[in-house]
Amino acid sequence: MSSVSQTPTAGSPRELARRFVSVPSAVIALVVFILFCIIGFGAPLIAPQNPYDLRQVDILDSLMPPGSQSYTGLTYWLGTDGQGRDMLSAMLYGIRISLIVGLLSGFLALVVGTFVGLIAAYRRGWVDTLLMRIVDLQLSFPTILVALILLVILGRGVDKIIFALVVVQWAYFARTVRGVALVEGAREYVDAARGLRLGGMRILFRHILPNCLPTILVVATVQMAMAISLEATLSFLGLGLPPTRPSLGLLIANGFDYLQSGRYWISVLPGIVLLGIIISANVLGDRLRDILNPRL
Amino acid sequence: MAEFIIKRVLQAMVVLLIMTVLVFFGVNVIGNPVYIFASSECDQACLTKTIAELGLDRPLWEQYFVFLSNLLQGDLGNSFTHGIPALSLIFERLPATLELAICALAMALGFGLPLGIWAGLHPDTIISRCIMAFSMIAFSLPVFWIGLIMILTFSVQLGWMPAVGRGDTVDVFGTELSALTLDGLHHLVMPAFTLSLIMMAIVIRLTRAGMREVIFADYIKFARANGIRERRILTTHVMKNLLIPIVTVLGMEFGGVIAFAVVVESIFSWPGVGKMLIDAIGVLDRPLIVAYLIFVVFMFVVLNLLVDILYSLLDPRVRLGGNQT
Amino acid sequence: MTSVLNVKDLHTSFVMPDLTIAALQGVSLSVDKGEILGLVGESGSGKTLTGFSINRLLSAPGRVVQGEVLLHGQDVLSLGEEDMRHLRGRRIAMIFQDPMMTLNPVLRIETQMRDALRAHEKMSKAMARTRAIAALDEVGIPAPESRLRSYPHELSGGMRQRVAIAIALLHQPDVIIADEPTTALDVTIQGQILSLVQNLCRDRGTALIWITHDLAVVAGIADRLAVMYAGRVVEIGPVDDLLDAPAHPYTRGLIDSVPARGQRGQRLKQIPGRMPALTELPVGCSFAPRCEHAKAACAALPDMTALDAERSVRCFYPLAEGSA
Repeated sequence: MSSVSQTPTAGSPRELARRFVSVPSAVIALVVFILFCIIGFGAPLIAPQNPYDLRQVDILDSLMPPGSQSYTGLTYWLGTDGQGRDMLSAMLYGIRISLIVGLLSGFLALVVGTFVGLIAAYRRGWVDTLLMRIVDLQLSFPTILVALILLVILGRGVDKIIFALVVVQWAYFARTVRGVALVEGAREYVDAARGLRLGGMRILFRHILPNCLPTILVVATVQMAMAISLEATLSFLGLGLPPTRPSLGLLIANGFDYLQSGRYWISVLPGIVLLGIIISANVLGDRLRDILNPRL
Repeated sequence: MAEFIIKRVLQAMVVLLIMTVLVFFGVNVIGNPVYIFASSECDQACLTKTIAELGLDRPLWEQYFVFLSNLLQGDLGNSFTHGIPALSLIFERLPATLELAICALAMALGFGLPLGIWAGLHPDTIISRCIMAFSMIAFSLPVFWIGLIMILTFSVQLGWMPAVGRGDTVDVFGTELSALTLDGLHHLVMPAFTLSLIMMAIVIRLTRAGMREVIFADYIKFARANGIRERRILTTHVMKNLLIPIVTVLGMEFGGVIAFAVVVESIFSWPGVGKMLIDAIGVLDRPLIVAYLIFVVFMFVVLNLLVDILYSLLDPRVRLGGNQT
Repeated sequence: MTSVLNVKDLHTSFVMPDLTIAALQGVSLSVDKGEILGLVGESGSGKTLTGFSINRLLSAPGRVVQGEVLLHGQDVLSLGEEDMRHLRGRRIAMIFQDPMMTLNPVLRIETQMRDALRAHEKMSKAMARTRAIAALDEVGIPAPESRLRSYPHELSGGMRQRVAIAIALLHQPDVIIADEPTTALDVTIQGQILSLVQNLCRDRGTALIWITHDLAVVAGIADRLAVMYAGRVVEIGPVDDLLDAPAHPYTRGLIDSVPARGQRGQRLKQIPGRMPALTELPVGCSFAPRCEHAKAACAALPDMTALDAERSVRCFYPLAEGSA
């Protein structure tokens, strides 16, 4: 267990970047993740087919194994699914939607959680107690259960799943940020800033927040991986995204029915991509934690 | 001690009350309660009738108290699809889920503890690194994906394991159990293992970290300096210190196992409450959904309470209230 | 008198794949039956390591690389692991610095004492209990029966250390190695523990090695003193001789930096500089860089040289009596 009194090894951004580059697994994870982002967000440009444009999809081409050719001459490098969609294209669009949900919900949770954490640390007293009680309560329930309950009540939809993910994730940020901010708030420079009669908000955002950033970055990376995994799980259960916006999880669910008959590619291929995204983000978070050495 | 328990029970009741308020308002304000309590085939006349029946024309706080008093009497409405009280349906399905969850827990401990201890004793070996990598992967991979690969590998490709259902069961005091028949066990292994992975990962990490801390403690050196046998040191002096955090976390994570059982049960078609929930969502059996939510929240609060009490029993320092440095 | 424990030219190193750090570089000392040897040195001088090297409880990568530890003439270092375990606690016992940390927080005193007893003797629970009660009684713990049911945190620091001493004495060991057993205690309790240990050892003829950095503490109870510096014993001899007329400049420095009565208002002397790290020890006398008497010859390593029958010093230019 790392102790709270341990001094942060912040270092200059250049020093941190140098340390980051010297860890091969960190660099590989980052490169892989960025690659996924590029192909995901570039999906409309690079996908051979728009899998959700019904005019481009032919039901007669359904369930073709990888490498098959359609009669129009298009090669399905990764096969087709039950509706005759090109798996490669479907996966590219799936990556896109998974990443959007993961990044957006992670970012919103970060904003909400950081704000709550900072307020709790700065105001102390009953504000702090109340907020942290809520955080404790929230964290005592498993994330998947809370998200599941919310989606049962709310129904399907991109906005709804993002909302559910933010609800289950903000508390992690709030608790971590509060912890760091309390330590930072006790440091001399904050006293000095108070002595200069700088406003509370100014101290909070200009002085304390920047020192919390390394910790926030680590939590954000890990939480984003969790958001993507959670979204896939919920979509797999039929609770997350609508069938019109199939994420990787939904693609895997669609292929699940065909698994028993040996048509593995419909489930397994998007599964491997999902794995790649989640593992690269997790490794990245893990290495960042080592490199930035925040008090987690 | 008694004072501590009473305090915790009161806290738990407050939390429960808050949760019923949240579920109630979640259902009644965010969703449309008529749609939640009326069946999906209801026409306009039926809807009006339902509104009156449910007292939805009355003020919200009054509705809440009706809901609460029904709840206290164990009345959570009837399931549409099954036509019997939702709560009794839950209790009918619960043993299957509990069996799965407890087996998963046993597997998590059975594999996790030895692996964690080994990794803690030999931290810089390649095997230890592999154990830790396994733990990270098991923790971060989505459960449904692992289950899927298990089915693909062991059922579809190798044909060793059945992919669906509970298999043969034995009736023990009115409860059907799979674990007591060979066929049932055969069906149980794969879903239980899938469900155990997350907790196994946590157990490995905690055990390893605990080992690293405990084996360098002065009291272990002192025990060695007294000539106490290595096996006795490991099984008693080290283990008792290790188990405290592990039991606590396991207690808290057991709720997570029940939650993830929803995923595992629907992949392996295991007929527990989780599968019931997903089926209920599929056919919009709303009273059953609400009943499940209330039940799960209740279970959680009780579970957390039990963990707290258990923890205080295990750790003499907490039990006697302080004097720690 | 024959020595109970005789340590000869003990070398202990931390052996790591890429480097080896020699932490003990030839420690020699001996202790007789019923004798109390004070082992004094700054932190990092290797005094604690000497204790753990003697009963072979070094944690990896520490390793004894050379030397002998003779217990009644038998070399401990060549014993098999099971024989060694059987020696620990039964013939060589230890008491540690922090009584808060030496007792297992989650086991009752009774369990810990029973385990220590059963490590070396087969006995029933009831028998172990009787022995434990007797042992607690001996170290002055009131109502020992009820204390057996306690957990360590329910006892005060002084009581905890008494329990640790009782455990160390359970098997009437030949030698007890006490590693700063009073440092973590209040001053008033320190005195009690000191005289308790002193009396118990004298009564039973148990040899005692008292490891400390506090010259004032050992001066009161030790018969002989061994002063350690940077992994070596630099001076050894009867406590009074050594304190009255230190022969090694480092011993002199240690004595001078203890505040004494009747010197109020005078400036305390201090040894300039600090002990070198083990990785950058000078080739010759390791104290030379801080020594005001150092000469060219000190670039070589001085041997332990006998001053008289009982005293020896590791210095080319031992201080003459009365000089400062």
